[in-house]
Amino acid sequence: MPAVEFRQATFRIGTRTILKDLTLSVDEGATLVLLGRSGSGKTTALRLINGMIMPSSGEVLVEGQATTAWDLVRLRRSIGYVIQESGLFPHFTVARNVGLVPSLEGWPEAKIETRVEELLQRVGLPAESFAARLPRELSGGQRQRIGVARALAADPKILLFDEPFGALDPVTRFDLQREFLRLRAELKKTSVFVTHDVQEAMKLATTIALLHEGALAFAGTPAEFRASQNEEAHAFLDVLEHA
Amino acid sequence: MLSDILQDLLDEGLQLLGEHLVLVLTSILIAAAIAIPVGIVVASHPRTRTLALGIANIGQTIPSLALFGFLIPIPFIGGIGQHTAIIALVIYALLPILRNTVTGILGVDPAVRDSAVAMGMTRAQILRMVELPMAAPTIISGLRIATVTTVGTATIAAAIGAGGLGVFIFRGIASVDKLQILAGAVPSALLALGADAALGWLERRCTVR
Repeated sequence: MPAVEFRQATFRIGTRTILKDLTLSVDEGATLVLLGRSGSGKTTALRLINGMIMPSSGEVLVEGQATTAWDLVRLRRSIGYVIQESGLFPHFTVARNVGLVPSLEGWPEAKIETRVEELLQRVGLPAESFAARLPRELSGGQRQRIGVARALAADPKILLFDEPFGALDPVTRFDLQREFLRLRAELKKTSVFVTHDVQEAMKLATTIALLHEGALAFAGTPAEFRASQNEEAHAFLDVLEHA
Repeated sequence: MLSDILQDLLDEGLQLLGEHLVLVLTSILIAAAIAIPVGIVVASHPRTRTLALGIANIGQTIPSLALFGFLIPIPFIGGIGQHTAIIALVIYALLPILRNTVTGILGVDPAVRDSAVAMGMTRAQILRMVELPMAAPTIISGLRIATVTTVGTATIAAAIGAGGLGVFIFRGIASVDKLQILAGAVPSALLALGADAALGWLERRCTVR
């Protein structure tokens, strides 16, 4: 059973179709990168997975169950979510941000504390110097690391990334991509990653799904993507070639 | 002789100050108990928001002495005395608190609210843990404006027999007695400054950015 499956998922706002008939599945442990230009529907596809929005027609299955049949709070708490600028709560310390989902889930204090320490260690920001800080006291890269730690907190099987490294400088971005690959090797989570950066997609994906004007233009491995004859794929490959 | 007069003034002053504080605190508490929940509810509904702010706005535009006068003949809620004054003061205090509550809630960064939803927080949890704490400085700022104006407006309440520091002022005006006017005006001004400073401190304490 795939971890996530889109079955002819369509999303409309009024008469405008944002995402058209998307059929696609993500195997357990895989990294699906949704690649596309701005407005291609990639973030919409991502938000269908954790029920932030519901398909206008078709369905999206998470662990075999349609998102419409899930208890949304349960669904979202079992999926980690990392967004650009991290979406950390500015009035919470790093420790409270990271321990948020476990505390919503009613874990005992001591267990949350241990978990937070372990996660901060894992993302390279030791608790003794970072746990008590507020998000504004961190650099952009550090905030993204905390965002990743927060998404991992309750040990979700699936992680969603919405252009998480989009606002970072190229060096920090490179660092965090490497970190992503290391964490993937260690944790073996299913990930869905939205980006418009073809280089990032080639580096991180096990499967690339290219969206163009709300429709799936291509789906396959990075190697297949490189060989693709699709016109939109070519447009992206040109960028890669001339980078 | 003079010390006797001052002693009398002081005794009466303390009593009037007490009455004044009761008028202000009761009005602000009632206004907050109405305006903050209403503000929270209407913040996410543009149409009721406009309506609620419109109503609060109208309340604000009625001249205070006229409002006190209008309330006197109304059965049950009106009449002479403290409760009529409190109703009028509540009507005045509603707008700043309501407007700031709405502004505060709407001012929460959409990305923060979005990630709260995505982490599986319920509506109530988002309100309690994210929206209210983040809106708190703005809401307190509304309470501060409301309190400072209420301290001043409450002096007019003496005109309808509600007591408070306005008693000195009205009596001083009637008898052309500057000392009496000052005995009412100075403590009232100090009270307003004190409330402003205290709530300003609280506002800064709640600000995290």
